[in-house]
Amino acid sequence: MPMPVRYIDTIARRYVQLGYQPYRWYVADAPASFTPLSRPLAQATLGMLSTSGAYALGQVAYHYRDDASIRDIPATTPDADLRFSHITENYLVDARRDPGCIFPLRALRDAAARGRIGRLAGRVQSCMGGVYSQRRVRDEVAPAILAAMQREGVDAALLIAM
Amino acid sequence: MCHQTVSLVARHLEAHGIPTVCVGSAQDILQAARPPRACFVDYPLGHTAGKPFDVADQQAIVDAALGLLETATGPDTLITLPNRWGDDTWRSEASSTAAKDTRQPRDETPQFQFPADREAAVASGALPA
Repeated sequence: MPMPVRYIDTIARRYVQLGYQPYRWYVADAPASFTPLSRPLAQATLGMLSTSGAYALGQVAYHYRDDASIRDIPATTPDADLRFSHITENYLVDARRDPGCIFPLRALRDAAARGRIGRLAGRVQSCMGGVYSQRRVRDEVAPAILAAMQREGVDAALLIAM
Repeated sequence: MCHQTVSLVARHLEAHGIPTVCVGSAQDILQAARPPRACFVDYPLGHTAGKPFDVADQQAIVDAALGLLETATGPDTLITLPNRWGDDTWRSEASSTAAKDTRQPRDETPQFQFPADREAAVASGALPA
């Protein structure tokens, strides 16, 4: 079985070659909090966040300078109306053909139809995950996502990293 | 970077009473940032939720992540999903340390996928004309 790609080391070496300062990645020094499910998934409202820079037709696209805004996207949005803008556009080639690669609305609607989850939140969230400032992620992105998911009354959340 | 963002958001949601499960394709970043529950999918970046037009693969990843919400008993639960991309040629480019910067220029202009998206955003009132 091949070894997983070591992205932190690879990016550090690239930055040296390019003459950039090294990036200081977040390294957790303690385990995260842990909240057990409060009810069976079959009765739960599930929220979703994708960091892929998704937006729905009619919304404003993301920009590429530490854009810390979020979008609320109706869970009924058809794939044909999903768009993407992300600082690493090179990873979006397939998502722009099939949003299911990185924004699994269809799979989640199917999970709700099968009864695997109680329901999908009325609106799910996106952000442009390429925000270099960890302070801005902590102070802006994370509280905005929390508030959006609380508005939707979610009991649990699926978070998709790009 | 996205994996760091998703991990920080997961830690924040969980501290405020919302159980989370992350899915990511950068195992080392998940190991550093330690979200409470995470699934590692060993795919090229941009395909965390599955292969394009492969409904069964996309459904399997979502179902595995939902399963981890039910089975994890504590934080630092990071599992590797059995899904296989098949062709390993992407790994050499992803691991290349050549001096190449694939990021777009950083400015504050909205980067619409299609020019018509800008018109739609103006028409909806989301963007000033």
